[in-house]
Amino acid sequence: MTPLELTLVEMQQQLKSRSLSATELVEASYKRIAATEPQIQAFLTLNESQALDDARALDELLAQGGEVAPLAGIPVGVKDNIVTDGLRTTCASRFLDNFIPVYDATVSRKLKEAGMITIGKLNMDEFAMGGSNENSAYQVTRNPWDLDRVPGGSSGGSAAAVAAGQVPFALGSDTGGSIRQPAAYCGVVGLKPTYGLVSRFGLVAFASSLDQIGPFARTVEDTALALQVIAGHDTMDSTSANVDIPNYVSALQGDVKGLRIGVPKEYMGAGVDPKVKEAVMAALRVYESLGAQWEEVSLPHTEYAVAAYYLLASSEASSNLARFDGVRYGVRAADPDNLLDLYVQSRSQGFGQEVKRRIMLGTYALSSGYYDAFYLKAQKVRTLIKKDFDDAFSRYDLLIAPTAPTTAFKIGEQVNNPLQMYMNDILTIPVSLAGVPAISVPCGLADGLPVGLQIIGKPFDEATVLKAAHAFEQHTEHHKLRPQL
Amino acid sequence: MSINLDNVEHVARLARLQLSAEEKHQFLDQLNAILKYADKLNELHTDDVQPTTHVLPIHNVMRDDVVRESLPIERVMANAPEEEDGHFRVPAVLD
Repeated sequence: MTPLELTLVEMQQQLKSRSLSATELVEASYKRIAATEPQIQAFLTLNESQALDDARALDELLAQGGEVAPLAGIPVGVKDNIVTDGLRTTCASRFLDNFIPVYDATVSRKLKEAGMITIGKLNMDEFAMGGSNENSAYQVTRNPWDLDRVPGGSSGGSAAAVAAGQVPFALGSDTGGSIRQPAAYCGVVGLKPTYGLVSRFGLVAFASSLDQIGPFARTVEDTALALQVIAGHDTMDSTSANVDIPNYVSALQGDVKGLRIGVPKEYMGAGVDPKVKEAVMAALRVYESLGAQWEEVSLPHTEYAVAAYYLLASSEASSNLARFDGVRYGVRAADPDNLLDLYVQSRSQGFGQEVKRRIMLGTYALSSGYYDAFYLKAQKVRTLIKKDFDDAFSRYDLLIAPTAPTTAFKIGEQVNNPLQMYMNDILTIPVSLAGVPAISVPCGLADGLPVGLQIIGKPFDEATVLKAAHAFEQHTEHHKLRPQL
Repeated sequence: MSINLDNVEHVARLARLQLSAEEKHQFLDQLNAILKYADKLNELHTDDVQPTTHVLPIHNVMRDDVVRESLPIERVMANAPEEEDGHFRVPAVLD
């Protein structure tokens, strides 16, 4: 058996007792990547020689009886919009084809401080815009459960790499569902923390009021362990929340008896595949059997969330992506006529179609004469959507719903219809607008493809979300299913 | 609300993008579809609703203005497409 089949907790124990070495673990990861990458194509850049050096140095330290950090030696994959000092970071864009960051994101620094070993950088939709990985300028990552299907997105590389057993843990980012939706499609656990829990310093900004970094893993306990590494206040991010960080792993203990669960009826409506609905209903019966109570609740503004989101996120993106001008970094267009032409040509050649489309939409929504009708209106609707959640959480501890209305769709199926593509995020977007935490955990298969259960919590109550997810996992076998590769 | 080709060209100029004729037509159709969908928001009366810019009750974060280490100039310039004497080089702005 490959050591990559172990959970993070087991890896931790075996590394500590030295029945497993960091070098063996890292080598196993690259071996698995070599065997499966031709099909999966999850990685944009590998960090092999540095990772092996790091692993050997760690093993030497362990051999000498040295003290190491708690997760020392565990391999991790990092989404390619999180900057890593000295390791190419492209955001899956041609614009950043040659970009080598000169500093670490706060989360990259924290991974290093925890002793984790970065295996490489993971594919995504360009600048995190998309839900299928088809918007990557480099490659389309495949869903390990069915190579003709998308892994979801935008963190599709992260989800596919964990699902394919290439790495036991990966970081992604979620703006409107970009962690939860690919986690659901690929049958792994993915957590979007509360906005502000994890520092965004060094995360290449897409929509700054929504972006949040979070972990992918195969079990809830591993997810809790990973969240512990990356959560916490950071003075380098002015929207980082200064809150106490609980011990997420010890929070997994305790039962869910008496927990009050609301099931938003708008999330179980007509657009949701009946087989997805059935898997979620089965999960609710598990919670019932564990002594939790659930009932239907209404989040009445749900149907407005996608429209509000695309106006807000695109507006923020059009502003954030103004920095890509070809002057200080990135790929500069050849032979510009003048400075303005340098900006225009560099941007026009460097950005892909979806990025241009969203910059156009956002620029329009923010432009003189339209600001009130679109951007301000969307911000007001965001207030109503957030209030739906505030009201629900005055009565319930958690909300439970499907993560996505369907299972993974076929590559190419939705590529010419952006609006249809946006609808895949209809069950994750409202949660992002409200800024609350949510996890996707595997809750079964529909026609051989994974279904994700979304568990949504109160702001900064990741502990309850994780506890409920863990209880479900302990009483079901869904998380043990693996794709045939 | 719908937009026309002139709007598309105007917005592209604002966004510092040059679009091919094909892109312009494609974006015209797609943006109109998205804007038509966004019309849905007008079903809601929001005159008395405050906008949400951020979900957290965040405030300006201030610190003392103290001199700290910064990235050395070579590191700052490491990704520059064109560099000269520690500066980013661009086409002449003035003759």
